[in-house]
Amino acid sequence: MSDPTHDRPRTWEEGGPERLYVITSGRSVAAEDGPLDVVTLIVTKKDVPGSGMQPEHAAIIHICDYPLSVAEISAYLHLPVSAVTVLLADLLESGHVEARAPIPAASLPDVELLEAVMHGLQNL
Amino acid sequence: MDSRISEPVLGPRSEDTLPASVTTAVKVVIVGGFGVGKTTLVGAVSEIRPLTTEETMTQAGAGVDDIAGVERKTETTVAMDFGRITLSDELVLYLFGTPGQQRFWFLWNGLFEGALGAVVLIDTRRLEDSFDVMCRLEERGVPFVVAINAFPDAPSYPMSELREAMDIPDTVPLIDCDARSRGSSRDALLTLLRYLHTLTTTPPESR
Repeated sequence: MSDPTHDRPRTWEEGGPERLYVITSGRSVAAEDGPLDVVTLIVTKKDVPGSGMQPEHAAIIHICDYPLSVAEISAYLHLPVSAVTVLLADLLESGHVEARAPIPAASLPDVELLEAVMHGLQNL
Repeated sequence: MDSRISEPVLGPRSEDTLPASVTTAVKVVIVGGFGVGKTTLVGAVSEIRPLTTEETMTQAGAGVDDIAGVERKTETTVAMDFGRITLSDELVLYLFGTPGQQRFWFLWNGLFEGALGAVVLIDTRRLEDSFDVMCRLEERGVPFVVAINAFPDAPSYPMSELREAMDIPDTVPLIDCDARSRGSSRDALLTLLRYLHTLTTTPPESR
């Protein structure tokens, strides 16, 4: 095939299952263990990556100086949210990052919160 | 994108960082068929250039487009674009655009949990795409408003006809929207928020 994208070496397929398997050590986070939502905000607490730390972990610590949502981390690292939540579970356990949980799922949201969102939108 | 994790990971540009004081994040989902303008709407109101998060869907390679006798799996990468609006020093709103077709509903798990609600974006040239979406949202108990993205060459129907044709309940707001316009897209979000406010403050029996 003459497709130019096939000419360069393809050790990893970006986002391919093998790469993701290695990055997460084959782990996944069960829904009931994973309090992380796509909009859970992650902030670095200890800005000193441990030596020998996996590059993906170090990358998260590096970019979360200021709060970033799980979705944003996924976008910047080019990793699916499902893989990012596994990595974040490690970093939460080691205390390198903290999570600011989003509003818990409720049947209907809080009126004050809705008013704050409306107020913010009106000021756009 | 072609970046590798071994290269320095580029985080947000300095002007794209959130205030350190932000404690609360909420999300709204924009749902609709391909090409209906979800990313346009997200981009119109987002303070950051829309970002993309991808999930990989693996399917057994059964189907008509397979070469006979070759067993393979197909990897489909489904991208979801999202944007962000910082509403105050403490509060940030994320907007996710997600495809409405049934085969992408696996993306909805986790996306709609905790979401304030949804904007169903509609193209009047392809109304049929939206029926399943609205049914599905109702099943999941996700409150939504319907916004008609006004494409220049799309047929224009009176709202009442559209509402009837699409079987949209009278209580659900139905609005026109120009997804390219920041003001119009913001108004669509405000319509959703006002609707949610009404739902929250009105006792169920008087709705």
